[in-house]
Amino acid sequence: MTDSGATPRQIYDPVSETPSSYVREAPGIQPPLDFPEYKSTALRHPKQPLIYLPQNITELTGPALGSLAPVGDLDNDLTRQHGGAPIGERTVVFGRVLDTEGKPLRNTMVEIWQANASGRYRHRWDRFPAPLDPNFSGAGRAITDDEGRYRFVTIKPGPYPWGNHYNAWRPAHIHFSLLGRAFTQRLVTQMYFPGDPLFRYDPIFNSIPDAAARKRLVSRFSIQDTEPDWALAYEFDIYLRGPGATPFEEAL
Amino acid sequence: MIFPSTAGQTVGPYFAIGLPWSEGSHAVAPGTAGAITLRGVIYDGAGKPIPDFLLETWQADPAGRFADLHGHGGPSEIVGFRGFARVGHEDGDGSFELLTVKPGPLATASGTIAAPHIDVSLFARGLLHRCVTRFYFADEEAANAVDPVLATVSPERRETLLAKPAEGGYEIDIHLQGPEETVFFAL
Ligand SMILES: [Fe+3]
Repeated sequence: MTDSGATPRQIYDPVSETPSSYVREAPGIQPPLDFPEYKSTALRHPKQPLIYLPQNITELTGPALGSLAPVGDLDNDLTRQHGGAPIGERTVVFGRVLDTEGKPLRNTMVEIWQANASGRYRHRWDRFPAPLDPNFSGAGRAITDDEGRYRFVTIKPGPYPWGNHYNAWRPAHIHFSLLGRAFTQRLVTQMYFPGDPLFRYDPIFNSIPDAAARKRLVSRFSIQDTEPDWALAYEFDIYLRGPGATPFEEAL
Repeated sequence: MIFPSTAGQTVGPYFAIGLPWSEGSHAVAPGTAGAITLRGVIYDGAGKPIPDFLLETWQADPAGRFADLHGHGGPSEIVGFRGFARVGHEDGDGSFELLTVKPGPLATASGTIAAPHIDVSLFARGLLHRCVTRFYFADEEAANAVDPVLATVSPERRETLLAKPAEGGYEIDIHLQGPEETVFFAL
């Protein structure tokens, strides 16, 4: 306790400790579930109000890596999963997984999946008449290092059309999935590339109300991390919910 | 310094490229004593089964132990207990089935006892971020009656959170909309 008797701010190590709560998100950061411009939300969004779930041990814990699928040496290099090199702009995508206090999450899994350079997914439902690439599957996994860093080598995905509205095209993006440390931290998102002319037309990107929150999904081109004569580089840091205020401040 | 958290985006229609694992539906190893199957169907607002979804579950074992990084409650006595399942279908019939054990009751921070429950995340095309719900067990009447979370749900809707005993385990459907709309939670 401090001299004033106030409860001190909880200080924790995101690897060795579990906080007693995770911070609630500010309004405007997460997209709403009901978003008419994205047509598929119409029949899939809950209509009843969500009920506040207090955070207890089930919410404060999450799956450990050891119990999940192992990550192989080549899992973070999507350009070396086949006999030959895939076609497209060879691209390094890297960044850190942090919590909202800026503390790195070490040894946590990052999973990605994406379209190939022509905007086609290797998926039976993708009917976009663009070529598949026999040398590109489009899925990768990485484990963060001690500083929370991850790194993928891939091909820059192409934009692709979809059926949401007339002449709808998704901006180029890579899908990201993070387990974090806790059920509360689970995140599935998409990383975009800077300067995409399709941003203003894309309801999925624009479903995020807060402009700054949208911008944080746009990766940063990094000339420093470019590999000369080899690959361009884009940086994308991901912030998962960190510890909340003391439980006393968390009104029930 | 506090940073804003990263926004979520839909898992989209093509998650099956990257997310489903082999054996992902096994929260316990096949052959585990006391293992149960948990199955159901996920419906959209038109009452149609959803062909493409990713469902994840997270839970304690029957003794209230978690297979998390810190092994909360101590190491599970169930060999191969994961407590986590991930079931993904790209063009299924709306149904899911996972193999697990019934979790035990848990103490909460406020001193109450939480009835056995499983936390659930649902991802799909058309869901801009995940929907969170819980599975409780209909045959845990006494524990459910004093569960602090169920207490916040109106009695008519509580039913949507209760998995019913069925052949080999339990059954629970998820309705995203409609008269039987499942209770979803904000974390
Ligand atoms: Fe996509």
